[in-house]
Amino acid sequence: MSHHIVAARQLSFSYPDGTPALKEVSFCIHHGESVAVIGANGAGKSTLLLHLNGYLAPAAGQVQIGEAAVTRHNLDEVRRTVGMVFQNPDDQLFMPTVYDDVAFGPLNLGRAPDEVERSVRTALASVGAAHLADKPPYRLSGGEKKRVAIATVLAMDPAILVMDEPTAGLDPFSRRELIGLLQAFNHTRIITSHDLDMVAEVCQRVIVLHEGGVRADGPLREIFADAQLLHDCRLEPPLSMQSCVNCGTPATGGNHLKQNDYVCASAEAT
Amino acid sequence: MHMADALISPPVGAAMWAVSAATIAYSSAKIRKGLDDHVTPLMGVLGAFLFAAQMINFSIPATGSSGHLGGGLLLAILLGPHAAFLTLASVLVVQALFFADGGILALGCNIFNIGFIPAFIVYPLVYKQLIGTAQNSTRQKTAIILSAMIALQLGPLCVVLETCLSGISALPFSTFLLFMQPIHLAIGIVEGIITLAIVSFVRKARPEILLDALAARPVDPHPVKKLVLAFLAAAIITGGLVSWFASENPDGLEWAIAKVTGQEALQGATGIHTALATLQEKSALLPDYSIKAKTAAAPTDPYGRWGTTASGLLGVLLTLSGITLSGIALRKTAALSRKPLPSGEYGSGR
Amino acid sequence: MIDNSIMDFRQLDLLAGGDSVIHRLDPRTKVLVTLAFIIAVVSFDRYALGALLPFVLFPVATMAIANLPVGFFAAKVMLVSLVAVAIGIFNPLLDSQVLVRIGNVGISAGWVSFGSIILRSALTITAALLLTATTGFSAICQALGRLGMPEVFVRQLQFMYRYLFVLTEEAQRMARARELRSFGKGGQGIRALSSMVGHLLLRTWERAERIHIAMRCRGFNGRMAASCSTGFGLVDLLFLLGWITLFTLLRLYDLPRLIGDTIMTLTL
Repeated sequence: MSHHIVAARQLSFSYPDGTPALKEVSFCIHHGESVAVIGANGAGKSTLLLHLNGYLAPAAGQVQIGEAAVTRHNLDEVRRTVGMVFQNPDDQLFMPTVYDDVAFGPLNLGRAPDEVERSVRTALASVGAAHLADKPPYRLSGGEKKRVAIATVLAMDPAILVMDEPTAGLDPFSRRELIGLLQAFNHTRIITSHDLDMVAEVCQRVIVLHEGGVRADGPLREIFADAQLLHDCRLEPPLSMQSCVNCGTPATGGNHLKQNDYVCASAEAT
Repeated sequence: MHMADALISPPVGAAMWAVSAATIAYSSAKIRKGLDDHVTPLMGVLGAFLFAAQMINFSIPATGSSGHLGGGLLLAILLGPHAAFLTLASVLVVQALFFADGGILALGCNIFNIGFIPAFIVYPLVYKQLIGTAQNSTRQKTAIILSAMIALQLGPLCVVLETCLSGISALPFSTFLLFMQPIHLAIGIVEGIITLAIVSFVRKARPEILLDALAARPVDPHPVKKLVLAFLAAAIITGGLVSWFASENPDGLEWAIAKVTGQEALQGATGIHTALATLQEKSALLPDYSIKAKTAAAPTDPYGRWGTTASGLLGVLLTLSGITLSGIALRKTAALSRKPLPSGEYGSGR
Repeated sequence: MIDNSIMDFRQLDLLAGGDSVIHRLDPRTKVLVTLAFIIAVVSFDRYALGALLPFVLFPVATMAIANLPVGFFAAKVMLVSLVAVAIGIFNPLLDSQVLVRIGNVGISAGWVSFGSIILRSALTITAALLLTATTGFSAICQALGRLGMPEVFVRQLQFMYRYLFVLTEEAQRMARARELRSFGKGGQGIRALSSMVGHLLLRTWERAERIHIAMRCRGFNGRMAASCSTGFGLVDLLFLLGWITLFTLLRLYDLPRLIGDTIMTLTL
């Protein structure tokens, strides 16, 4: 799996009751890219993510990780390559202590004890949670839980990180810490979120899902500049890219933009 | 209702521990063999659910008191007997350790009364028989409410039996029975109504949960019957053995020690030992009465009427002050050898 | 009510995070000593009262060494003892033969056995709570596992304990929301409860499904890999043997009586 590409080809899926969730979704993500999948509630984001590590099997089409398509036979390899961080860390942290939890994946992969120990320590250190190792998960704060949840995945050395709503429910400071963390990774990152300001800071590319299908796929700045598209998909541009509230001067937008920069210079001067 | 350690004797406690431990081992083996790995998180989270649900009180109509969900039958319907039993047992373990509901020795009794009865007696022998294969709603209502009522009659019946067999409480069997059963008849009806309401709710919202439960876990009545008989036998044998020790040798522990150390070591008596033993025998404030105390103050009392009581009270006072002082001393020494804690972190709970 | 029990629960869990000689012992040691203590206490006959008193030493010493708040345990014991009181109170009514006389006041056997029940209750309850407060639930589960409890059940206990905090909080929020809109009477009945519990059950079920996904995503295939923990040392051996010897001696010899008699013999 040299290039770590993630590709979906004509992916379709329906829930057992017949509701279609994904309709012919196709995209290709290359090594090191940081891609946001955005869309309204029920647009199919979470369903799509569950296909990326083979938890759900598509009704039609296929998912390709690296050179191989995801099948029942390479699930272990796929799940090791694609690390999945769930929206609610309480669902992901189920062991008695943080250490046990981070060790869960490596132990299941059958690694040697000293190697497990090493990967747990490294993973915890890389999210700044080394001091939490002996704590039980229910004693962590929201931000700590989120970082530990990421560590549980990092401990398996994935090449691709998939995250569902990483900043949901975090206080501004924890959110800021997490954004710093996400920017520092050089894994391929696939993130779904309604926090479009975070997306604007972390991702370069955006895929817009609408009613189960890909409505747009392109560079972040282009997508966020298309107000009509966003409106049609029940979204709106991030605050950092909206026009000045005082005089309507359009914001310049983009990754370099500072937060809350939506009052333009001319308005401030008056 | 939970059995309490204070009301239970070692033979009864041991017998019920034996049954409950055997059932835990049996159910664990069953679950382990099952291929379905989704039950692991499901059982765990449903245990927490039951625990949380029991914290929500409701007012019982026309009584002014409040009750809570028992949940034994509900879990059996949702998970099947083995998983339900383990889940109920785990809830009882937490209640014993954190809330001292019941207690550690009484845990065996409680796991049997609250877990084994709904999961392995009422569910297969009453509920499954009543509900049959039909998806008829009247039949289902009857099955659930009757099963809940039967479970809540058998449970208290066991509480009464266990208490009376232990002989710590002086309540006669019939009085206790007349006191417990009618109350639990009412509680059983309420439990049945709540269970029915929850099952109907689940049927509407997620019908596949109940269908899965029906399809995946068919219960063959024969092994269950065998199981029940086997465990009854285990209980009778263990209880019988332990009480035989207890009755043959008024002091079971003494007897066991004599066995282990060799009779001579205990009875063959150095001077001091005999002296102490006779001293103890002569002065026993509360001799070993079988069921009812026959005599008042011992007529052989060497110190007269006041003597026995006085020496008893004196001994009690001295013992208690000794313990208090050693407690204070231990706390001081422990505090000296410890780094100071941030204040408030381990402060009093009230 | 619900808030109080959660507070107590968290308090015990916090206490278990403390550091003392007792906290550092192998969990198996503490489980075994607690069991020995309880068996010794309940094995006394129903009229034993004085002979039970020396057993108070064990909880007192544990609380002292482990630096535990005495008031907290006293309050909990009183609350939980109510069951024992409710059943035990019949003893004085039913068993009225005079057993002991202090001067001209006769004390009936029923009152003595009632006192015995209360004392047993206090001792056994304290022992259980102290085990939890010095060991922590997860460690107790591991200890039971290493003492032979099936792995499936150990896992069940740990899993449940993990989600107790999440779900009791959820139930607490629901109960609060109900209370704020029920104004003392309406909405407290069986109908509201069934609906609340039904919703809680469905959410719990969905949570279990999400957890299962998260487990599968990290290579779970039905078996849980175990991690190792502390070993049994010399201190553990001494602690175990010391207490068990003491319990045995106290069970065989009525200490307060021996002390009283010795003093009486010396002074008379």
